[in-house]
Amino acid sequence: MNRRLKVIPVFTARVFRIIRAILQEIFDEAAYLRFLSRVGTVSSSESYAAFRREIDEAKARRPKCC
Amino acid sequence: MNKTFAIAAWGTVVVLGAMAIGAIALHRGEPINALWLVVAATCCYSLGYRFYSKFIATKILVLDGLRATPAERLENGRDFLLTNKWVVFGHHFAAIAGPGPLVGPVLAAQFGYLPGTMWVLAGAVFAGCVQDFVILLFSVRRDGKSLTEMAKDEIGRVGGFVAYVAVIAILIILLGVAALIVVNALKASPWGTFTIAMTMPVALLMGVYLRRIRPGKVLEVSALGFVLVLAAIWGGQYVSQNAALAKLFTFSAPALAILIMVYGFAASALPVWLLLAPRDYLSTFVKLGTIALLAVGIVALHPTLRMPALTRFVDGTGPVFAGKIFPFAFITIACGAISGFHALISSGTTPKMISRETEARMVGYGAMMAESAVAVMAIIAACVMQPGVYFAINSPAGIVGQAPATAAATISGWGFPVTAADMETLAHAVGEQTLFNRTGGAPAFAVGMAHIFSHSLGGETLMALWYHFAIMFEALFILTILDAGTRVARFMLQDALGHVYKPLGRTSWYPSILATSGLIVGAWGYFLWQGVRDPLGGINSLWPLFGISNQLLATVALCVATTIIIKMHRAKYAAVTLIPLAWLVAVTFTASWHKMFDPNPRVGFLAQARALAAGPITAAIARIIFNNRLDAAVTGVLVLMITLLLVESARQWIGILAGTREAQVKESPFVRTRLVQEQG
Repeated sequence: MNRRLKVIPVFTARVFRIIRAILQEIFDEAAYLRFLSRVGTVSSSESYAAFRREIDEAKARRPKCC
Repeated sequence: MNKTFAIAAWGTVVVLGAMAIGAIALHRGEPINALWLVVAATCCYSLGYRFYSKFIATKILVLDGLRATPAERLENGRDFLLTNKWVVFGHHFAAIAGPGPLVGPVLAAQFGYLPGTMWVLAGAVFAGCVQDFVILLFSVRRDGKSLTEMAKDEIGRVGGFVAYVAVIAILIILLGVAALIVVNALKASPWGTFTIAMTMPVALLMGVYLRRIRPGKVLEVSALGFVLVLAAIWGGQYVSQNAALAKLFTFSAPALAILIMVYGFAASALPVWLLLAPRDYLSTFVKLGTIALLAVGIVALHPTLRMPALTRFVDGTGPVFAGKIFPFAFITIACGAISGFHALISSGTTPKMISRETEARMVGYGAMMAESAVAVMAIIAACVMQPGVYFAINSPAGIVGQAPATAAATISGWGFPVTAADMETLAHAVGEQTLFNRTGGAPAFAVGMAHIFSHSLGGETLMALWYHFAIMFEALFILTILDAGTRVARFMLQDALGHVYKPLGRTSWYPSILATSGLIVGAWGYFLWQGVRDPLGGINSLWPLFGISNQLLATVALCVATTIIIKMHRAKYAAVTLIPLAWLVAVTFTASWHKMFDPNPRVGFLAQARALAAGPITAAIARIIFNNRLDAAVTGVLVLMITLLLVESARQWIGILAGTREAQVKESPFVRTRLVQEQG
C-alpha cells in the first residue's frame, strides 16, 4: 500500500512535466530554445527578433482549423 | 486472468454505452440529464479507439514501429523534429480545435439534441477520426507532404487542382462566415465590443513584453495577457452602464462588418510580431483553458437538457436555418464529426513531428476524438437552455418579427413558450440590451456556457461576466482565425499568381502583398456583407455553404486515402474510407442540390432569387438576387470539381483492380529507425 502511495508524486510530477512540455511546444517556447541552441546564442531581444522572423514566415503559411 | 478481466471490462463499457445511447435515443417527453451524453460519448470513443482504430492500424495501415519517420530522417531542429507523442497530441489538438465544433452543434440543436449527438458520435468514430488518422499516416510516409501534393501524386493533376481550389474556396467562405458570427455577437453590444477592442492594446503590450522585456517567455506573458483580458471583461460592465462610453462602443452590424474587413486587411498586410502573434498566443491560452473549464463545469453541474430529443423542425421549417434533417444536420455539424480542414493539419505540421509511426494512431484518431468531445459539450451548452430562449436568440427577425412581443408570440406558437419579459430579464442578467435575433450560434453558446459556469461557480450574480467571457473567448478565437486565414489565403494566391507573373509570387513585394490581401479580404468581405444584409440573418445561406465546402474537402481527403489503400493492395478493407466517402458524397451532393434548386425560397438560392424577382425590384433587392445566384454558382462549381475528382479517382481504382493500371504508391523508401535497438 505504502509503495503504491509513493508512486503518486512521481506520477503527478511526470504528468505536470508533460503538460508543461505540451504548453511550451504550443506556445513556441520550445521552438525558441531549439533556435537558440541551433544558432548557438543566448536569449536576447535580437535573438527573439531573429527567431520571430524565421518562424512567422512558416507559421503564416499554416492554415488554422475552423 | 488478464484476458477475462479485459473481456469483462470492455463488456461493461459496451453495456454502459448501449444504455446511455438508449437513454438518449428513446427518452421522449421528459428532460434527460446531460451526463447521459457524457457517458455515451466516453463509451463510444473508448470502444472506437480500442477496437476500430486498432483494426485500421494493424490490418490496413500496418503501422511499423521500425520505420524511421520524417522527423527522424529529416530532422533539422525547425519543421522536422522528434517530439514526445503527448506533446504532438496537444499540439495537433490545439491546431484542429477551432470555433467550428462549438458553433455547428449549437445551430443544429434546432432539430433537438438527438440528431446532433448521434452524428457527432458516429461521424467522429467512423469518419472524422479515420480521415485524420489515415491522412496523417500517409503524410508521414511521404515526408510530410500536404494533402494537395498527395492528391496530385496519387490521383493525378486533376486531384491536385481540385484540392487547391477547394482549400481556397473553403478558406474564403469560412472567413466570411466566421466574421459574420463575430458581427452578430458584437452588434449593439458595448460590453462585448469594448472587451474585444481591449484585446488589441493587451496584445500590443504582450508583443513589446515578449520582444523587449522577457524575450520568448510566451506562457508567462499569455497568463499576464489573460489576467488583463479578464480585467477588460470586468471593466466592460462599467462601459455599458455609462451612456457616453456605451455610445462609443455601440456599433450596427454593417459598421462592425466594415471594421472587421479593415482589421483583416491590416492583419494580412502588416508584420505579425507586434499584434498578431501575441493575439494568437492569447487566443490559444484562453481556448485551452475554457475548454477544460467547460468540461469540468458540465461534469460538476451535470445539468438537465431542456431541449427535446427531436423538435418539429426536423421537417425542414427550422428558423435557425431551413432544410430537412437529412442532409442539413450533417453539413451543419462538420468539425466535431468530420471536417475536411483537419486533413490540412494532418498533412501539415504534425507529420513532421511524429517520432514513430505507431504514434499516429493516438495523435490522429485520438485528437479528433477530443475535438468531438468539445462538440458534445457545445450540444449540452445549447440544450440546457429553455428551447423558447434558444429559438428567440437564434431566430432572425425576418422569420419571427422585429418586435420582442411578436417574436415571443411566434416562438410560443411553435410550442416553445417564451415571453418578451423572460428575454428581457435574461438580457439584463447577461448585461445586454436584447438577446432577440442574435443569430450565428455564438450568443446562444455564450448563454448556455454562462448558465453552466454561473451554476457551478459564482452563482447568478456572475452570469453577465461569464456571458461576456464566453463572447470574448469566441470572438478572440474567430478573429485569430480571420487574420491567420487571410494570410494563408494570401500566400496561396501569391504562389498561384507567381506562375503568371513572377514578382506577384514574392511574399515581400509590397504591391503584391497589398493587391492579394485586397483580393482575399474583398472575397470574404463580400460574403460577410451579404450575410449582414440578408433579411434571413445570413447564417441561413452561409453556414450551409461553409458546411458543404468543408465536407467536400473531406471528400478530397477520403478520395486520396481510398486510392492509397487500394494501391497498397488492401482493397478488401477500402470500405473503411469508402463508406464515409459515399456518405459524404450523398450528404454534400444532396445538400448542394437543395441549396441550388429546392423550390422553397428559404432553402434554394435560385428559388429565393426568383421569388424576389417576382416582386418590386429596388437596388437592395437586386443585390440580394445577384448574391443568391452567385451562391448557387459557387455551390455548382464546387460540386462539379468534386465530381471530376471522383471520376478520376474511380478510374484509378477500377484500373488497379482490373489490373490495367499499375498500383504504385509514392511513399518514401523504408529506412530503419535508430530509435529502437535491434533485438537478437
